[in-house]
Amino acid sequence: MHLSDNTSSVVQAEANHASGGHGQLDFMGALFVFMLASFIGVMVIQRVSRLLHTPLMSLTNAISAIAVVGAVIVAAGKDYPPYIMALGLVAIICSTTNIVSGFLITDRMLKMFKKQGGAGK
Amino acid sequence: MSAENFVQLLYLISTALFILSLKWMSDPATARKGVFSGVGAMLLAVAGTLAGVATTGGTHYWWILGAFVVGAAIGYPLAQVPLTAVPQRTALSHAFGGLAAGLVGTAKYFLFFGRGDVASLSPFIMAALVAEILLGFLTLTGSLMAAGKLQEVKWIPQRPVTYPLQNVGNIGMLIVAIGLGVALVSNPLAAWAPFAFLGVIVLSLAFGVLMILPIGGADMPTVISILNAYAGLSAVAMGFVLNNKLLITAGALDGSSGLILSIIMCKAMNRSFANVLFGAFGQAPKTTEAGEAKAYKSDTTESAAQVLEQASLVVIVPGYGMAVAQAQHKVRELYDLLKKRGITVKFAIHPVAGRMPGHMNVLLAEAEIPYDDLVEMDVINGDMPQADVALIIGANDVVNPAARADKNSPIFGMPIIDADKAKTVYAIKRSKNPGFAGIDNELYFLDKTYMLFGDAKVVVGELAKQLADDSGGH
Repeated sequence: MHLSDNTSSVVQAEANHASGGHGQLDFMGALFVFMLASFIGVMVIQRVSRLLHTPLMSLTNAISAIAVVGAVIVAAGKDYPPYIMALGLVAIICSTTNIVSGFLITDRMLKMFKKQGGAGK
Repeated sequence: MSAENFVQLLYLISTALFILSLKWMSDPATARKGVFSGVGAMLLAVAGTLAGVATTGGTHYWWILGAFVVGAAIGYPLAQVPLTAVPQRTALSHAFGGLAAGLVGTAKYFLFFGRGDVASLSPFIMAALVAEILLGFLTLTGSLMAAGKLQEVKWIPQRPVTYPLQNVGNIGMLIVAIGLGVALVSNPLAAWAPFAFLGVIVLSLAFGVLMILPIGGADMPTVISILNAYAGLSAVAMGFVLNNKLLITAGALDGSSGLILSIIMCKAMNRSFANVLFGAFGQAPKTTEAGEAKAYKSDTTESAAQVLEQASLVVIVPGYGMAVAQAQHKVRELYDLLKKRGITVKFAIHPVAGRMPGHMNVLLAEAEIPYDDLVEMDVINGDMPQADVALIIGANDVVNPAARADKNSPIFGMPIIDADKAKTVYAIKRSKNPGFAGIDNELYFLDKTYMLFGDAKVVVGELAKQLADDSGGH
């Protein structure tokens, strides 16, 4: 059940390759990115006008559908068992739904926000 | 440039565009640019990913294209719902987001497990996988429950459901799920590991349902925001699993957005996260003290219209009742008629009015009311003593003075719109029952308060009609 070090590093390199990663697992780097992105997120979002909190939520909905990246990687993998591909395809459908509906409804709502004076017809 | 670096470069640009997209949301004037930037970012991300899998021998392109088409076909009608249904649409899309993350996590685990890939299942990756499926699947069922409650689906109870040992049971369940997760992290390839993994999935699904059961409509803005944060964090966990910085960044942006909105909602109700999730707001309607049978003063729309006509400042306080009745267009008519008479009309927007953050703003914007007249609670409260009329349209708890004075009230300490400080108060209310939380509202019994009972759309329509007829008579 234990693989030799040699074999496992080959497997890892393959896995990372297939997953579109960097080839080398760098979890401290990943945590740094997470920390910095969270701070940027908090600072940017705090400045969003309260008027726009509903469109903000539908926009971030669409943005979190970035999960589509992972879904495509899983669905496209060569020699993956069919049930893995099926899970990936369902995940693509879910994410695409969010991308399309999230961006469209955000734009639909934002079009309605009009300044004083500009509103009268 | 190597193909790998090219993909990373696309991801880098995509990340920058996502950040800009949110930055441009700070102002309604630039917000639409934010959407375009977000769309651009997403296209680059998808293009980069497809290029990436192409160079590593990816397959199934037709299937993937088909999935894109199916997703777009579901997504397009979901974007066309009436704006009053936006809260449930949002909850539904959190469910899709959670499901996508959960499925990718599940696929990755079984892929690694099937290969006996001990190196890929390092403790860090295994922990991220557990976090991904836990957050993903509880967001799925929790959001479906929330969407069901918002849509008023018959077999999902609207009222908070509570039972003995509820919180102990729920937290116990979460602890068991995390316990299984810890066992998986130390033994990802054991023969029992796939069953433990499925156990975590089942527990997360159940926890999502049970978490939302005790939550009532008034808490929906907070709950939707928390689920938003979970959906983002599950994308972050996916980013850790795939070692993909774009996923981590975009997920973190979404997570922090959900977090900030939840904090704003909690502050606007003077409650903590824990209290929202475990407090079962409104479970036991306070019985009013007997003996003091208080009476409402009802009024006709005719005399209300006359009072409105004499005012120089009218403050309208909209609430969920306006959304339910779809009264926003009638409100716009009333607004126009008052404006035409030189009366200043402002809307007082409480952060938790409605069923999601910013709900009232969107409905009023749909009715083409200029956003300069939508005023936040803290700002409008300074002007309330100068207001001649406060017109309350389907709002209740957010104008209840008990929040200021009555220490025994469940909403004590919640910041409110000081409608009671206006010279005259008109309150449009669907029925004589107390509001959602089952709390009596002192405001309705004040000497200066007059009630207009009826459907908000009908009553506001009648008010507008009275005003229109009056101007016709001049």
